[in-house]
Amino acid sequence: MSADAKRKDWKVEGPHFAGWEIYHVKGSPADPDTIYASQSSGWSGQVMQRSKDGGKTWDVVGNQFTYDGIAGTHQWYDGKPHPWEFKRVWHLEPSLNDPETVYAGVEDAALFRSSDGGKTWAELSGLRNHDTGSRWQPGAGGMCLHTILLDPSDPQRIYIAISAAGVFRSDDAGATWRPITRGLNSNFLPDPTAEVGHCVHRIAMHPSRPQTLFMQKHWDVMRTDDAGESWHEVSGNLPTDFGFVIDVHAHEPETIYVVPIKSDGEHYPPDGKLRVFRSRSGGNEWEPLTAGLPQENCYVNVLRDAMAVDSLDSCGIYFGTTGGQVYGSSDGGDTWAPIVRDLPAVLSVEVQTLT
Amino acid sequence: MIRVVLPAHLRKLAQIEDEITLEVKGPVTQRSVLDALESSFPTLRGTIRDYTTQQRRPFIRFFGCSEDLSHESPDKLLPHEVAAGTEPFLIVGAIAGG
Repeated sequence: MSADAKRKDWKVEGPHFAGWEIYHVKGSPADPDTIYASQSSGWSGQVMQRSKDGGKTWDVVGNQFTYDGIAGTHQWYDGKPHPWEFKRVWHLEPSLNDPETVYAGVEDAALFRSSDGGKTWAELSGLRNHDTGSRWQPGAGGMCLHTILLDPSDPQRIYIAISAAGVFRSDDAGATWRPITRGLNSNFLPDPTAEVGHCVHRIAMHPSRPQTLFMQKHWDVMRTDDAGESWHEVSGNLPTDFGFVIDVHAHEPETIYVVPIKSDGEHYPPDGKLRVFRSRSGGNEWEPLTAGLPQENCYVNVLRDAMAVDSLDSCGIYFGTTGGQVYGSSDGGDTWAPIVRDLPAVLSVEVQTLT
Repeated sequence: MIRVVLPAHLRKLAQIEDEITLEVKGPVTQRSVLDALESSFPTLRGTIRDYTTQQRRPFIRFFGCSEDLSHESPDKLLPHEVAAGTEPFLIVGAIAGG
């Protein structure tokens, strides 16, 4: 989907990769014409695609994701050991400065990196081989590494999040990792404040404040201001603090967005009203944004990678739903309009602001 | 020459429209046919057999001469008609969904 800076008239092209699931597509910040796509199918597994011309044409690149060494086991849903098995790539995070380097977050949870444009992939196995790795267990959607945040001020620092292992930080470019979960509280765990096991749904960062992270957890919206050393809850007056997405305004580091979902057992907006909630104070005080969004009989979900912001002067916010709608706002969330209404379930939304 | 028919989504990935003909050296088995197929069409690697185990992916099946060959040893000789090219080796996506 593309539009000029007014973001009123959208051109919808495609379908690309018809018949396949596309878990994530993301362009390189260093070269907007380089775009990576994770293509998946229940029949044929994982395929990786890369475009060098802004998405006009695509090339199949490498799809061999082999765990480093003897993979061993993690916990299954019932706590029994279960072999580590590669299933798919959930998230692609291109390097901030090298178009040929890209990180991939996969299920079963591991982090891979390619330095040759996606042709070959090597696991950053210090993460999966963390002392706690054998105790990680899947969430309902599988044991996926779904979020990768690269610190723009420190090339050595990477944050990742896994459902349902938690959130981890590396200060040595991915060689070693430690959980950063102090302050998280998850009642479904035998020890609600355990080091690992938290079902982190999404974390978000404003590039100007890489020490501050916002988190939508299974339940609870959380915040840290010390790079994850401690977290505190900022759910405040949200109608429910369950949800999947969370994102930060492009120009206001204290303005954040979530889409509250009724509960872990009922994946739709409370009262059938699709509402984005915005906080201009970094959490706790939230306002519903409803103009242009369905306010009755809406029972869609908004998945964890399905919200994005653009960087135009008046920040644009976009999100997709499991009902196949993609909504956009060109005024920071005050008003919304559907860009498309009838896609398959939207797994992820990304934006490129091209100049 | 061995004739191979792919399911539609793999034909698209391999950028072909019709059945493929392959030259297979030595005994004609599932393994040798798939090795030749992946050598000619590298984009198919990992989509029919698992990279690590080389096992057939669970939702893929192999047919030939009206027989289901999916559970045969990958090193068993394929039927003479497939080896002779009078019958195709069919790679099929298992029925799933509606």
